[in-house]
Order: sequence, then structure tokens, then C-alpha cells
Amino acid sequence: MVADIFRSLLRRPAGLISAALLGLLYGMALFAPFLSPTTPSAQNLDRTYHPPTALVWQDGHLRVQLYQLVDPSTAAYQPLPDRSVPLRWFSEGPSYKLFGLIPANRHLFTVPDSHPIYLLGSDATGRDVFTRLLYGAGISLSIGLIGVFLTSLLGLTIGGLAGYLGGWPDSLAMRLTEFLMAVPGLYLLLALRAALSSRFPSDATFLLIVIILSALGWAGTARVVRGLVLSLRERPFILAANIIGQRPWTILFRHLLPNTFSYLIVAATLSVPGYILGEAALSFLGLGIQEPASSWGLMLGQAQDIKIFMLNFWWLLTPGAAIILTVIAFNLLGDALRDAVDPRFRLPGK
Amino acid sequence: MTAFILRRLAALLPMLLAVTLLVFALMSLAPGDFLTPVKAQRDINPALIAELQKSFGLDRPWYEQYALWLGNVLHLDFGYSWTYKVPVAQLIAQRAPATILLSLTSLLLAWTLAIPLAVLAAARPGGWIDRLTSAAAYFALAIPEFFLALLAVWMAARTGWFPIGGLTSLDHDFLSPSSKFFDIAYHLILPTLVLGLGGVAGTLRVLRANVLDVLQSEYVTAARAKGLSEKVVLFRHVLRNALNPLLSTIGYAFAGLLSGSLLVENVMNYPGLGRLVYEAFIREDQFVVLGSVVVGCSLLIVGNLLSDLALAWSDPRVRYGR
Repeated sequence: MVADIFRSLLRRPAGLISAALLGLLYGMALFAPFLSPTTPSAQNLDRTYHPPTALVWQDGHLRVQLYQLVDPSTAAYQPLPDRSVPLRWFSEGPSYKLFGLIPANRHLFTVPDSHPIYLLGSDATGRDVFTRLLYGAGISLSIGLIGVFLTSLLGLTIGGLAGYLGGWPDSLAMRLTEFLMAVPGLYLLLALRAALSSRFPSDATFLLIVIILSALGWAGTARVVRGLVLSLRERPFILAANIIGQRPWTILFRHLLPNTFSYLIVAATLSVPGYILGEAALSFLGLGIQEPASSWGLMLGQAQDIKIFMLNFWWLLTPGAAIILTVIAFNLLGDALRDAVDPRFRLPGK
Repeated sequence: MTAFILRRLAALLPMLLAVTLLVFALMSLAPGDFLTPVKAQRDINPALIAELQKSFGLDRPWYEQYALWLGNVLHLDFGYSWTYKVPVAQLIAQRAPATILLSLTSLLLAWTLAIPLAVLAAARPGGWIDRLTSAAAYFALAIPEFFLALLAVWMAARTGWFPIGGLTSLDHDFLSPSSKFFDIAYHLILPTLVLGLGGVAGTLRVLRANVLDVLQSEYVTAARAKGLSEKVVLFRHVLRNALNPLLSTIGYAFAGLLSGSLLVENVMNYPGLGRLVYEAFIREDQFVVLGSVVVGCSLLIVGNLLSDLALAWSDPRVRYGR
């Protein structure tokens, strides 16, 4: 069944494009240390707010243009005419651990003699925005996946149990979901963040945010799963399972919940953006991922400076473009999945 | 109907109790309290700190503090802001209107833009209006509000066409009443656009689907067969019914607006409830947080109530039952 859905998904242009785009994004996040020329926390205080460096093609080599600082007060840089250095491919650079396991020090490209290369400019302390964007992608993108996995698990279990058992567990679960859906989400997010921060060391903030976002996010899934289970419960095949004397747990986990799977996979895909946006919002407010780690929301939060607005350091807003791209890709994929899973969901005329 | 409204308002109480209890418990779990920065200063007399602790009730366990606070709230005393040194009720009365104003203008923007566009899009599914609005909605839903706010501030700073933040100009107090009105309207344009854009897109998508649904029903065929013009069919008969499901979601839209305005207000320096609650959270100014949460949730429930009333008014099949 999974293979069928997958094949049908890839036959749709929107599905193919979004799947390819997401594959590319996750690939870049996975290989971030290899793809980036430096490390995300390498500062260069002589090169703050450096504009994106131009690449020039000369003597059969891709070369990087060199710049000089002309006015430190407005961070104005000028390209040095005819001064450029060739890129080195697959060269050695700062060492890192690929996938957090394999020690390595090869980078896709570096520049000799520690000349700066800023493909997307540099930030207030001269760190490479491109590198931070790649490293930040790892955090921003994985929070979406892990969060959705936890939420689906929670929603499936609670919704399934509520729908199947009925009675007081059902009312309890439903009152709880109504409560969660009725409170302005960010207010609760702030309160949870404040309460739990002392229970986690600062490098476990990632885990903390995933837990908070999942704890608030399961309500919608649980409600729909409950509704599905309620209607499935009356179908003949469940009646048959009851009559041949299967245990309630077997019926729930073997017959009822697998039938909600196709809904769940669509809902999960469509709710990934919510987690990515949630993490970005928290980090943006300074309550999420902390320095020296990097995330897209954190980078945008640091771009809120009147100096940056006035002097037009547009490259500091590129994380926003990355967020939009990812969210659109997930929404496209979710819609295509919905069509692939169940053509009846489709709106007339579309 | 009065009984219905009263019943709904009564349902507000357990909800508010639960929310405030939760927030209170969570805030007391958080490390430190409002006095932590004071304690860190070396030249402050410990006796003074002990006295402050006592006067704020911070020396008691959190459930006792909660009971005290609840008792005071029953006397309509929401406590005292430790940061601003004014009663919380006064602080919120200053800030809440700005947030309500912003939410209402955003909702208004969403509806006035989305309704005609959705009907036109659904009238010719797959036509150029439909494809254009669908693509635009897709894009708009993907932009985080805070990023849009950042872009808006950027644009305002670069061009100078709009104020960079705030709700009023510096000389607002000296303006004539009509200039005051235009001053506020001018300051509201950007925040409304930023907060309303997501609403436009969301409303558009839901309404388009509803209109397509209603277009399938038999009375539409009957109306067309009767020879009514397409405009009358769409805007008088179809729209009226397609709007009903949307009316019932206003309450939840309001929840989204409150969350969204927290971010937008912080980026755009807008003096509303969202910024107040965020700053109070950071400073652990407990009573301000609690008061704001109470007001936020009450607004939400009143919004839900209004949307139910609007639905009952617009759809005669809905009764004030249960």
C-alpha cells in the first residue's frame, strides 16, 4: 500500500517537484558540514556585514572576488579590481563529524590563505550566513519531522482510545483537546517554555522545543482519529472481529487504527510546516534554539536591528526565504499525497 | 437567547480557572522569580528583599499564592504590576484596545478581500482568477507572520512611506480629533496587512471550497432555471449559505490572530496585549501575565459566542439549543 501511494504520488508533477525539493533540502541539511566552507561559529570581526562575495570565472577556474572595507561605520565594502583567488575543491578544512559520527575534514570548497568567502554575506560578527543557513536547516527541518512523529503517535493513541472506549475516557480526552485548541497557542508555548527550561540543560533546548510543540499539537489529530474510529467501529468487519471473539486491544490496534493510516499520513505531512514555523517563532523571540547553535528563526531574530534595515543588509533575511520554500514544499507534498491516497478528497473542478 | 448567552458565559468560568491554574503552576515551576535580578545586586539589604518577598506573597507555596490571587480577582483586583508599578487592570485597559483594534481590522481585511475573490474563483474553477488566487493563497500561507512583519518594517525603513512602528505619532496628543483618527489609521495599515494576509488566504481557501460545494445543490439549479442572473445566484443565494460554516470558525480565527499578534506586535513595536504579555513573561511579572491570559481567553470565548450568535442569525436552521 505504501509503495502504491508513493508511485501514485511521484506520477503527479506537484508531488514529484515537492518531493525532489524536500529531498534536496534534507540532503543539504544532512551534509551541511561538508557543503559549507567553514564552521557556523567562526567569527571574523574585521568582516562584519560583508555583502555576498561575487564568483568570477577566469583562466578555467572558478575564483572568488576579494573585497576591501572602505567605511567601517556603514560596513561598506568594495571589490578589489582584478584581485581574486581560485576556489579549492574537496580540500581540507576545519574538521567535523559527518552525521555526528564519522570524523572528517574535507569540504566541498574552501578558499586558500583564509580569504573570506561569503556566498550569502556575513552577519554582525562576521560569521558566514551560508554556513549558518545550512547548519540551521538541520535543526529547523528535523524539528518538523520529529515533532510530527510524536504528535501523530500521541494523537493516534489518545484519539483511538477515546473513540473506541467511549464513556468517560472519551469525554475527558475531548474536553482536554477543546481546552488546548481554545487557548491562544503562543501564550501556552511561552508558559511551557518558561516552566520547563530549568529541567533541561541548555544544549537540550532542541528536545525541549520538540516536546513542547508536540504536547500542544496533538489535539487536532486526536479529534479526527476519534471521529474516524467512531465511524469505523460500526462497520461490518469490526462487527465480525467482535463476533469471532477478538480482544478489544487487537481490534483497536490491528483493525481500527491501521484504517486511519491514510488520513494520518496526509495530516502529518500537512502539519510539518506548523512545527517548522513554531520553532522559528520561538527561536525568533529568543526562547528557542540558543547560540552558538543556529536555526532559521534564530537567524531572523538577529536580523531585527534598525541598522540592518537602514543599510539594506538583505542577505540576513535569506532564512525567511528558506522557511517559505520548505513550507510550500511540504504543503504541495501534502496536497499531492491527499490526492494520491484518496481521490474522493479532491474538490470538484480542481 | 438570553439563557443561551448566559450559559455560554458560565462555561467561561471553568475554562478560565483551568487556564490560570495551569499558567500559575507553570510560572512557579520556572526558575527564579521577579526578585531574582534584585537579589543578584550585592548592595541591597537582605531584610528589604525579605520584606518585598512577603509583600508580593513570594514566600508562600504557589497554590497559596494562586488562592490569594483568585480571591483578589473575585473582588475585581487583578493585582499590581511589579515592573510598571501600576495596577494590572489599568495596564491591560491601556493595551487591550490596541490588540482588539488590530484583530478586528485584520479580520475585516480578510473578509472583505476573501469573499469576493473566493466567489469569483469558485464561479469558474480552473479559470485565471482561480489559479491566480490559489497560487497567491498558497504562497501567503507559507510566509511566517514574523517574517512578513520583518519585511514590512524593512520596507517602511527603506522607503519612509509608512511609520516603522507604534500606534501613534509623537505629536498625537496635540492633534485634532480627525487628525488623531487618521494618525492611528496610518499606523494601522502595515500591521493590519501583515496580520491579515494569512487570514485572507485561509478564508479564501475555505470559502472557495464551500462555494463549490453549495453550487452543486439543487436550489442553485432551480435558481438558474428560473432565469436569475449568475450574479444574483452567486452573491445572493450561494454566498449566503457558503458563509455559514465560516461564521462558526471566527472564534478560532480569533485565537490565531491573538497568537499572531504576539509576534507581529513585538516586531512592529505595536503597543498591544501581545507585547505586554511577552515582556511580562521575560521579567516574570506574574500578575501581568495572568491578567493578560485571562483577558486573552475571555476575548476568545466572547469571539466564539459572537460567531455562534452570528451563525444563528444567518442560518435559521441553527437554534439556540443545548
